Amino acid sequence: MKFVAEYRNPEQVEALVNEIKKTITKDWRIMEVCGGQTHGLVKNGILEMLPDSLQMVHGPGCPVCVTPLHLIDKAIYLALEKDVILCSFGDMLRVPGSEKSLLQAKAEGADIRILYSPLDAVKIAQENPDREIVFFAVGFETTSPANALSVVQAKKLGLDNYSILVSHVLVPPAIDAVMNDPETKVNGFLAAGHVMTIMGYQQYQLLVEKYKIPIVITGFEPVDLLQGILLTVKQLESGNFKLQNQYSRIAHASGNEAAKELIRDVFKVDKQIWRGIGEIPESGLHLNDEFMAFDANLKFDIQLAIVEESQDCIAGQVLKGIEKPSSCPMFGNKCTPENPLGAPMVSSEGACAAYYHYSNLNDF
Amino acid sequence: MSDKIKMQLQCPMPDLDYDIITLGHGSGGKLTNRLLEKTVFEVFNNDEINTRHDGALLKMNGNIVFSTDSFVVSPIFFPGGDIGELAVNGTVNDVAMCGGIPKYLSLSFIIEEGMKMKDFWNVLIGVKYACDKAGVQIVTGDTKVVERGKGDKIFINTTGIGELHPNADIRLERVKKGDKIIVSGNIATHGISILSVRRGLEFESDIESDTCNLNHTVITLLNEFGQDIHLMRDPTRGGVASTLNELSRDSQMGFDLKECAMPIDGQVASACEMLGLDPLYVANEGVFIAIVKASRADQILNKLRTLEFGNNSAIIGEVVDDHPGKVIIESKIGGKRVVHMAVGEQLPRIC
Repeated sequence: MKFVAEYRNPEQVEALVNEIKKTITKDWRIMEVCGGQTHGLVKNGILEMLPDSLQMVHGPGCPVCVTPLHLIDKAIYLALEKDVILCSFGDMLRVPGSEKSLLQAKAEGADIRILYSPLDAVKIAQENPDREIVFFAVGFETTSPANALSVVQAKKLGLDNYSILVSHVLVPPAIDAVMNDPETKVNGFLAAGHVMTIMGYQQYQLLVEKYKIPIVITGFEPVDLLQGILLTVKQLESGNFKLQNQYSRIAHASGNEAAKELIRDVFKVDKQIWRGIGEIPESGLHLNDEFMAFDANLKFDIQLAIVEESQDCIAGQVLKGIEKPSSCPMFGNKCTPENPLGAPMVSSEGACAAYYHYSNLNDF
Repeated sequence: MSDKIKMQLQCPMPDLDYDIITLGHGSGGKLTNRLLEKTVFEVFNNDEINTRHDGALLKMNGNIVFSTDSFVVSPIFFPGGDIGELAVNGTVNDVAMCGGIPKYLSLSFIIEEGMKMKDFWNVLIGVKYACDKAGVQIVTGDTKVVERGKGDKIFINTTGIGELHPNADIRLERVKKGDKIIVSGNIATHGISILSVRRGLEFESDIESDTCNLNHTVITLLNEFGQDIHLMRDPTRGGVASTLNELSRDSQMGFDLKECAMPIDGQVASACEMLGLDPLYVANEGVFIAIVKASRADQILNKLRTLEFGNNSAIIGEVVDDHPGKVIIESKIGGKRVVHMAVGEQLPRIC
């Protein structure tokens, strides 16, 4: 597979690992922000290759994991009680709400459809004028342009039976939250390369200056990850911190202007609750006044009690990189992918699921 | 022109007065009789089915292998096949995996009221095409029709019986340390071909299902290598990962796999990357896993590569005794991880 195979080259991997080992002289903790990167590290067995003095801690970049519990409950409520066609990315379906998951609601008779593009939900709305269609618009900056486009499209088509349940979160405020946590132990960041393809990386320069930490924009394949780690370690060892771009084949300083304009047209930035972490100021995207009519939160009368998260789940600590999945007493026994206590055990980007599915033999 | 298209042209749909299947077609009365006369009995015309008895009287020799399976795929027509072919191949392959030479099949339909007669006919042609290829006969069956909304166009059950191959000794107990694990073809093809046409997830590709009958290939291997083939299994639902987990658990042996040896088509691999699916967990319908004696593995592989559906076969790993019940894979870059049993259906990721 071109553009992938060359980043999975075993000789290059070995050379990079050796160079990291040669460069490192102190103990460092590097956070990879994105759950896709966590899976890349664990799935390929990279964590076992790294020197003991280097610890990778796993960040909050798992959209499914940080979607608030009450929004999942709302989605389930809409699908079961309001007879809507609820469309969602596949990954959301297994995430536990306070009582059940969307997958369980589907088994109970809710009309829940897995889509890959929100524009397909607009198509379903056109085809079913007598039904209400709600798209569960979840994700970081990466999915927000397509979700924005869906409401622009619905507005253009004059559809009044389409709305979205928005849970959009932004990466830079999450880095702020991690750095401002008194328990934080992070010395540097691998930033999520694909977010930069949309947003560009000017904002990250400010974070480097504010916290005096290295940030390296990094891809997802083994060679990408190891190059990102090497660049970060070199900065840490030299004490000279800057923003570096390992993912320059795709990520550019200004990002995708058309996508950014779409996001600005449709959304406004406001506070947002992150599951397991709590409220972070200026960290979410919400529909702006012009597109309020497409906000499922306002369109439907949703009366649901706010339910507290299970005390047994330490997802918040895991998402902030303070605890590792394997240090949770519930991990692998009371909490498994079949019977998850928290979202990180379910999502294909969740750190707990990564540890569970791709663990080293010694972990079991 | 493919053999199946030729068969469709040679077998034009009979005039049945109805464009769709109705509840009456499952009532057992005139409509049922007319439907079966003009379709099933016409297409599968053979001595056994022509007796029109409640069951079939069959001549068999020696030990008998017996297997059943039900088929519920959506959509019922997909790139590279249809539910009719799948229903025959699935059961034929299950019989073959046990070391059986498949001979006869039963064929039962549960049809949802409103199914297009043309679609039903094309499913029958799919069944006929697959039976001819596998060399098996439909000798008994059943047709039921359920109300609209109580089914999904058509569900099919087939049951197959075959005679045990005289050289076959296929048992879990025969899996030994050092045995090699062979996969007979590219993995994950069927599951991805179905996903590529599933509503809401469609993407453009030339990926066709690998559904096929493996019996001729397996029989040739048994003829030549017989007892050196210790175990066979077709990794359908749950993919290679789930099947190997079952075999490892049940045999209490460990399996070591190499990711770089896993045969996979480039387009299928790309689709898996794009959707965030692990090909080890994606369904196959035309692939089998064979666990074979180490000293004969290369010969078996070389032979398999000359046989129908075997040209992409590969040795993907070996049996070890140091982690009983667990499957471990070495990644392309040399890291190792446990391959678990699938939890449920894999769901495409967000970004």
